[in-house]
Amino acid sequence: MSETYHAQAPTTTPEVGGMGHALKRREDPRFIRGKGEYIEDVMLPGMLWLDIVRSPYAHATIRGIDASEALKVPGVLAVITGRDLEAAGLHWMPTLAGDRQMVLPTDTVMYQAQEVAAIVADSRYAAADGVAAVLVDYEPLPVVVDPFKALEPDAPVLRPDRGPDKQTNRIWHWESGDKAAADTALAGSDVVISEDIYIPRIHVASIETCGCIADWDPVREHLTVHMTTQAPHAIRTVFSLVSKIPEHKIRIKTHDIGGGFGGKVPVYPGYVLAVVASLTTGKPVKWIEDRSENLQADSFARDYHVHCDLGTTKDGRLTGLRVRTIADHGYSDAAADPSKFPAGLFNVITGSYDLPAAFVEVDGVYTNKPPGGVAYRCSFRVTEAVHSIERMVDIAAHQLGIDPAELRMKNFIQPDQFPYHSATGWEYDSGNYPAALRKAMEIIGYDELRREQAEKRARGELMGIGISSFTEIVGAGPSHTFDILGIKMFDSCEIRIHPTGSAIARLGVQSQGQGHETTFAQIIAEELGIPATDITIEEGDTDTAPYGLGTYASRSTPTAGAATAIAARKIRDKARLLAAHLLEANPDDLEWTNGKWSVKGSPDRFKTIQEIAFAAYTNHPQGMEAGLEAVDYYDPPNLTFPFGSYICVVDIDKGTGQVKVRRFVAVDDCGNIINPMIVDGQIHGGLTMGLAPALYEAITYDEQGNNQAGTFLDYLVPTAMETPAWETDKTITPSPHHPLGAKGVGESATVGAPPAIANAVVDALWHLGVRHIDIPITPQKVWAILREKGVTA
Amino acid sequence: MIPAQFDYVRPPALADALRILKEREGEAKVLSGGYSLLPLLKLRMAQPALLVDIRDLDGLDRIVETAEELRIGGRATHRAIHEDATVTARYPLLRDAAGGIGDPQVRNWGTIGGSCAHADPSADWPAVLIAARGSLVCRSADGERTVPARAFFLDTFQTAIEPTELLTEVRVPRPGDRSGGAYAKIERKAGDFATAAAAVQLSLADDGTIAEAGVGLAAVAETAFAATDAEAVLRGGTPTEELFRRAAQAAAAQSRPAADGHGPVDYKRAMAAEMTLRALRRAVARARGAT
Repeated sequence: MSETYHAQAPTTTPEVGGMGHALKRREDPRFIRGKGEYIEDVMLPGMLWLDIVRSPYAHATIRGIDASEALKVPGVLAVITGRDLEAAGLHWMPTLAGDRQMVLPTDTVMYQAQEVAAIVADSRYAAADGVAAVLVDYEPLPVVVDPFKALEPDAPVLRPDRGPDKQTNRIWHWESGDKAAADTALAGSDVVISEDIYIPRIHVASIETCGCIADWDPVREHLTVHMTTQAPHAIRTVFSLVSKIPEHKIRIKTHDIGGGFGGKVPVYPGYVLAVVASLTTGKPVKWIEDRSENLQADSFARDYHVHCDLGTTKDGRLTGLRVRTIADHGYSDAAADPSKFPAGLFNVITGSYDLPAAFVEVDGVYTNKPPGGVAYRCSFRVTEAVHSIERMVDIAAHQLGIDPAELRMKNFIQPDQFPYHSATGWEYDSGNYPAALRKAMEIIGYDELRREQAEKRARGELMGIGISSFTEIVGAGPSHTFDILGIKMFDSCEIRIHPTGSAIARLGVQSQGQGHETTFAQIIAEELGIPATDITIEEGDTDTAPYGLGTYASRSTPTAGAATAIAARKIRDKARLLAAHLLEANPDDLEWTNGKWSVKGSPDRFKTIQEIAFAAYTNHPQGMEAGLEAVDYYDPPNLTFPFGSYICVVDIDKGTGQVKVRRFVAVDDCGNIINPMIVDGQIHGGLTMGLAPALYEAITYDEQGNNQAGTFLDYLVPTAMETPAWETDKTITPSPHHPLGAKGVGESATVGAPPAIANAVVDALWHLGVRHIDIPITPQKVWAILREKGVTA
Repeated sequence: MIPAQFDYVRPPALADALRILKEREGEAKVLSGGYSLLPLLKLRMAQPALLVDIRDLDGLDRIVETAEELRIGGRATHRAIHEDATVTARYPLLRDAAGGIGDPQVRNWGTIGGSCAHADPSADWPAVLIAARGSLVCRSADGERTVPARAFFLDTFQTAIEPTELLTEVRVPRPGDRSGGAYAKIERKAGDFATAAAAVQLSLADDGTIAEAGVGLAAVAETAFAATDAEAVLRGGTPTEELFRRAAQAAAAQSRPAADGHGPVDYKRAMAAEMTLRALRRAVARARGAT
């Protein structure tokens, strides 16, 4: 990689490798050499396999299930149906959003590819043969795929299992902001820009699908579940509550995880079925989804139908924002949002702008689709919010004839306004939005591009420039506001320093490729001066790690990263007392520099952290506990608000409608940076995952509820061939409340990139009378627009 | 994504393979690169009793040029064809097509014979062989026959090959002087099946007019087909942008696309025209000496 990293000057040596060092990822050697251990790699003695019969219908009554032929297949040991689970009260399970979903249906299937029965067999092949031999008698029912139709009075009620006051397909209604103030502001505006923006259903499509091995030991009465989960502790608690197995008798164990992106937060029926199968057989049972099952049945993201009204003065001063949204959640609300936020943090939709008034309302709706609403690298619906506001601001600029960069500059929250209180109630911790946009404009040569665009337009060529100046909101979150199923959203770290000066740290979060083994070691290296290479980071074993809510929504650094720093500082405090003992000095006379406690004014009188660690086990003073360890459960005082400005240049092929991203400059600000190379990697991956929904990916359904993108033939994950050469840079505005001044970054680029691309395409076509195009902006869509506008190649 | 049970044999010689195909007629399926067959097996859309793996058969991957034609063994991989020196020097249509099939894994494993015998309507080789007026050699235990490409591809996944036959060789006439070929394809992403693709092979007369033209289209009908109306427009014409556009429209008019995730019918027809146009421009440029 050609980029050199000078984020902030590191204060530790490269050998120690604290904050700011571009340390190579310590997990990579095993991945590069094919020595990672994923769930499918784990084989237990006597293990059985589970496979799942799935519904071809999106809505149907089950008249009967005939498993007799399946049971004759050699190797098939058992068939589990909804009726079997009903006997144990396990046919329904709670979702993290406080709704419930079926493990297996007893009467009705609610979406295509829903689990209908499970086969347990002594080989993966026998299990699949068993699936093929099960006969299910379905009677199709009317299918509801359109959430607007689902809200019509004559629509069938999809969830009659809910209470008598909830016999509607409206799951919930949520509001934020001041309606009267927003209405007044819009009524008094010179111009009100209105637009319907659909943000389609997409899938995380992680390289590794979901899976588990449930291992019930009938003698010890103990359940181990090896599992692909982003939140092991929360899963353990849910499992205990559902199964009534005491929580100390359950161990969740993760292995290497090949991407999660939010899709591995929920509990899927397959996990529960594997547990039931293991409880029934007393043997370990493995369940691994195949790709089609993963794409067709696992929780989906987005699917927001957003209507925005944005008020502005004639000269481009934004006055107010009103947002009405229909959220398609499929047949169950299986989102993993904090419980007070059924639409996530969508009300951060005022974005980077000083909007005096805003009102947001969202209705969650049931349809005959798999559960939707899971976060996909989106920080709890921030992607939907950012896409909406960044599209609206761009439409406003074009409509008013003001350059989109100028209109943004004019309306940005200014650096001296932080901490900034938004109209929907958030307190933005820090930011410098003009600086990030200015930097992006300089790198890409904005003025020159506008000149080039004018020349090309005169020749009939289509070129567009799009900007996205996003604000993220990550690090959920403070316990007064944030919980999931009542569990507060703190996170944790426990550090033990070994006698010889190396260490192990265990955290409540769970890496899925983020590089935790490197970055959390760097935090400890920064705080204690122990080389990062001497520190083991361990996550994902609920028997050993401290309790935490897991890794999603860019929360690991803001929460567990902070816990790591605080725990290390607790150790440093104890080390001071040990050093004072060893140096026969008063603790108050010691100062901490470069991994040593030394006597003020006598720099040659010092004890290194390694010497102190040895003393903690060999020569600790009377009256002090031996050992050198600490734990911290960090309850963040606020969220962190990373931000950035992206600028994208596209060229449009008039013959085919293809959009080519010629350049893409991303200037990100995530506060102080732990490992600049890992941050850059996160940005690169995130940008590609932002390119994907902008131009390629969408899960659509036909009228019968058939998934139209259920394999990688039709779910178009972009490859390196589609991906432009990202140009990344940064500004640094530390978080004032995070112990390291850091903010989360994992999702910034996924959140920020799509509107930059969409804005660029519309910018190329605005002069033809094009105002908005919903993503994904496919060649066929662009081609149809060009033909409609009379443009030919 | 787990296939049903099947038997597997890997015969050491061509005669053994042909004998097995005859003995197990209708039950056996030939496995070449596997990049089309294995997904069908995993989806249980194909459930043959026996797979006959032909990887050990000698000589089936040779690429040899004679005075009249290029002979490509049925087991030659897309990559081997793309990198072949003769192909690179004299068969730009084949080189264009080979380099854009699937992704590197597909090109490393997939074979021209497998692709033609499978006859996916979106596959690249059938359109190429139609445009180049190539032929396909089918051999059984009882003998060998050569079928022109234009009579080989019958319908979706249907060819003139018999269950007892093995596709041993593909033959492409050697282009004369002042001839050029090109392949143009639009796909939604790298490795996707084509939305539309056009193969063109043409030659120029001494006066600069088009002496002969072959145009094959992929992905816009139930199978690859010869755009004969476009060929008629081109034959004897002066190669101008206007002529190319008329030929492209004729090709599109002859197409019979079905709406799917790649787009509606009118879009696919337009892409058939656009790809024909682009392939024609490049083929003529090459005939005039461009590379």
